Amino acid sequence: MHPLLRLVAQRLVLGAGTLLVVSALIFAGTEILPGDVAQAILGQTATPEAVAAIREDLGLDRPAWVRYLDWLAGFLRGDLGTSLANRVPISEMIAGRLENTLFLAGVAAAIAVPVAITLGVIAARFRETWLDKTISIVTLSAISMPEFFIGYILIFVFAVKLFWVPSIASVFPGMDFLDRLYAVSLPVATLSLVVIAHMMRMTRAAIVNVMASPYIETAELKGLTRSRITLHHALPNALSPIINVVVINLAYLVVGVVVVEVVFVYPGMGQLMVDAVAKRDVPVVQATGIIFAATYVLLNLTADVLAILANPRIRHAR
Amino acid sequence: MTENAEHRDRRGGLLLPRRRFLGSTALLGASAALAPGLLRPVRAQGPQRGGQLKLGMDGAAATDSLDPATYTATYMQVVGYQWGNCLVELDEKVRPVPELAESWEASADASVWVFKLRKGVTFHNGKEMTAADVVYSVNHHRGPESKSGAKGYLEVIKDVRATGEYEVTFDLETPSADLPYVLSDYHVLIVPEGSDFTKPIGTGPYVIESFEPGVRTLARRNPDYWKEGRGWVDSVETLALNDLTARTSALQTGAVHFINRLDPKTVNLLERAPGVLVIDVPSAGHYTFVMRADTPPFDNNHLRLALKWGIDREELVDKILRGYGRVGNDHPIPDFDPFFNRELPQRGYDPDKAKFHFGKSGHDGPIRLHIADAAFTGAVDAAQLYAQHLAKAGIELEVVREPNDGYWSNVWMKKPFVGSYWGGRPTADLMFSVAYKSDAPWNESFWKRPEFDKLLIEARAELDVEKRRQLYWEMQKMVWEDGGEIIPMFNNYLFGSRDNIDGFVPVPVLTGLRVSEQLYFTDL
Repeated sequence: MHPLLRLVAQRLVLGAGTLLVVSALIFAGTEILPGDVAQAILGQTATPEAVAAIREDLGLDRPAWVRYLDWLAGFLRGDLGTSLANRVPISEMIAGRLENTLFLAGVAAAIAVPVAITLGVIAARFRETWLDKTISIVTLSAISMPEFFIGYILIFVFAVKLFWVPSIASVFPGMDFLDRLYAVSLPVATLSLVVIAHMMRMTRAAIVNVMASPYIETAELKGLTRSRITLHHALPNALSPIINVVVINLAYLVVGVVVVEVVFVYPGMGQLMVDAVAKRDVPVVQATGIIFAATYVLLNLTADVLAILANPRIRHAR
Repeated sequence: MTENAEHRDRRGGLLLPRRRFLGSTALLGASAALAPGLLRPVRAQGPQRGGQLKLGMDGAAATDSLDPATYTATYMQVVGYQWGNCLVELDEKVRPVPELAESWEASADASVWVFKLRKGVTFHNGKEMTAADVVYSVNHHRGPESKSGAKGYLEVIKDVRATGEYEVTFDLETPSADLPYVLSDYHVLIVPEGSDFTKPIGTGPYVIESFEPGVRTLARRNPDYWKEGRGWVDSVETLALNDLTARTSALQTGAVHFINRLDPKTVNLLERAPGVLVIDVPSAGHYTFVMRADTPPFDNNHLRLALKWGIDREELVDKILRGYGRVGNDHPIPDFDPFFNRELPQRGYDPDKAKFHFGKSGHDGPIRLHIADAAFTGAVDAAQLYAQHLAKAGIELEVVREPNDGYWSNVWMKKPFVGSYWGGRPTADLMFSVAYKSDAPWNESFWKRPEFDKLLIEARAELDVEKRRQLYWEMQKMVWEDGGEIIPMFNNYLFGSRDNIDGFVPVPVLTGLRVSEQLYFTDL
C-alpha cells in the first residue's frame, strides 16, 4: 500500500475512534442536563399525568445505555432520529440549517483567509516595522474580545447608528444571493475579525522562520528583491503550517458560530442547537453535536493530509 | 433634534413624548368595544390598507408546530391569530364579545350553553363555516389522547354537539358562568371539519404562505376576511427574535415594526431612540414568592403572615419593574377585574408586624428562598431586596441561587419556598381553578382548603353578578389571610413599535396576541 494511503487510512480510523468517544460524551452530557423533555414540551401546561404520558410515549423510561446503543445504531444507518418536541425527522430539520451555517462559514472564509494570508505576508516582509506592529496590534485586539462583544459593537455602529447594514441576519429560502450576502454582512465581519489574527500570526511566523534558512541568504546574495524572496522562495516552503492553521480555522468557522448565530438571530445549526437545549430536545442536541464533532474531525484530517502533501519531508518520511 | 421635536409634536405631549400608555385610559373608558377597531381614536384619515408588517416576537423554537394544541408561547400564539379566529374575543375590559359566534345564551343553571354562529364566514379554502366545524375544532383539544394546552380548561365540557347548521350546544360537567371566556382561549381556533391541524385552514385575516419553525412566518392578507375594521396590511412577516438585544436593535434599525417583551431596565433608553414608541399595558401577570403551605415551617400561618408583612412592595415595583407595574395584595386577582375585592386593605411594609408574627410562629433560624431569573425577570435581585426588607424585621432570609436550566422542573413545586410567575387568566374562576383549588394541577403553594373549593364551585355556577361578587370577594380574603402566595407586584406588558404604526388594542390579558390584524401604517 502506498504510504500516503496508509497514512490517510490510519487517520480515518483514528477519526472514527474520536467520534465514537465524542458520541459517548455527548450522550452522557445530555443525560445529565437538568430538566426533563416532557416538562419542557408542555411548558407551564404540564400536569403530572401529561408528563408521564409523554415520557412513556418517547421511551424515556428505558435505561440510558439501551437508548445510547439504539441511537448509535440509528446514527450508523444514517438515521438521525426524530425530534422529541415535534416528531419531525431531525435530518429534515437540519438540512436547511446546515446549509445556512456552511454559507456563513464559506463567505467568512472567502474573506478572512485571503485577508489573513496577505496581512501575514506583508507583516513578514516588513518585519519589525510600524506596519508589522500595527497589523499585529489590530488583529490581536480583535481576537482578544469575545465574539458577542464584537458583534454588539458592530451592530451598534453599523446598524443602529449608521443604518448601513441590518442588525439581524434574516435569511429564508428563495432569497437571492446578493440579498443573502447583505443580510449576513455583520456576522461575516464578526467571524472574520475573530479568525484573521490566528491565521495572520501563523503565516507571519512560518515565513519568518523560513526566512532564517541559508537558501534565503543565497537568494539575497543573488540580489533578488525582498518581496520576491518572500513570495517566491519563502511562502511556498511555509505553506504546510499555514494550510494547517487555515483548515483549523475553517473548522472553527463551522462549529464556533453558535454565539454569533444567536447574536444575529441567524437560522443555522448553532441556533438550532441552542433552541434544542432550551427545549430539552435531546436527539436534536445529540445530532447537532455529532455533526459539529464530525466536521471538526474531518477538517483536521484534511489539514493533516494537506500538510503532508505540501511538505515533501513528511511525504517521504522513513 | 428636529426629528425629535417633530415626533413629540405629532404625539401631542411633552411629558410622555414616546410612550402610549394605553391601558389605564382604556380601562376607565365607559363604552364597550363591540365594533373593534372603530373605537379607538384614529387620525383624521383613518387606517389605511397596505404595506408589509414585520413583527419581532419572542418565545419561538425550532420545534414549533402550527397545530394550535401545541401553542405555549407568544410567537405561535400571534401566528395562530393570523390564520384563525375563536368563537369569542375579549375586549379592552376583558369582557367576552362575539367573534365567530354571533351570540350565546346559558340555561338558568349555567349547565347548558347555546352558541349561535356567524353566517357566511368562509375558510381560506372557500368552504363556509358551520356547526360541524366548530364541534370538530373543539374536540381536537378534548379526550384522553389530547395533549393540548387547552385540555384542562375544556374539561368542564361534557359534550359539544351541532344543534343546527349555525348552532352549537355545550353540555357542561359542572355549571359554569365562564364558558365564553374558555372559548376565547388562543388554542381553540376554528378549522374545517376533518382538516389537518398541522396545516391549518382558518377563517383568519391572513393565510400562512410559509412557515419555518423558530425562524420566520410569512402570511398574506385574506381578501375575503369577514371582520370589519381588521386586517389592514398586505402581508405580515413574523420573525423569531428570542434574544432581547436582537429584538430591540431590530426595532431601532427599522428591520421590524413591532416587538414584544421589552426589558423594563432599558425601556427609558429605547424611548429616546428616534422613530420608536413604547407601549405600556397593565396586565393580569404577576410575580410571586410561593410558600408550600403543607411543609414546615411554612405550614404555620404566623410565619406566612410574617413573610407577607416583611416585603416592601413599593420598592420592588420601583426597582425591579422600574415603575412598569402595580403593587399586589397577596391574591392573584388584578385591580381591573370586575370581581377585584376593593375593600380588602392593601398590605404594606410593616417590619414590626412581621417581627410579631415571626415571634408567634415559634420558628427560629434562617428562611431559605430558592430562586433563579427563570422565575421572572429580575427575580434574583428581587430576592436580594426582599432579604434586606426582612432583615429589618429581624428575619434572616437566605437566598439560594438555582440554575435557570430546569428551574420549572427541579425547583418550582419541589422546594418549599420559591419564586414564580403567572401570566394571568381572563377570569377569577380560571385563575383560582388553575392554581388555588386544592386539586389544581399547579397548586404551587399546596394550599388546600375545602371551604375555598366549595366557594369556587358555587361561584362558577352563579349567574347573578352580585352574588358572584360576594363569593369572589370572600375567596380573595381567604387567600389574602391564609394563602401560601406572596404576591408583591403585577407587571405591565411592554411593547415597542415604530412610530408609523398604529391600531394596537390594549387587552390586559393575552395582551398583543392579535396585533397582526390590528396594526396599520399611518404613512402610506
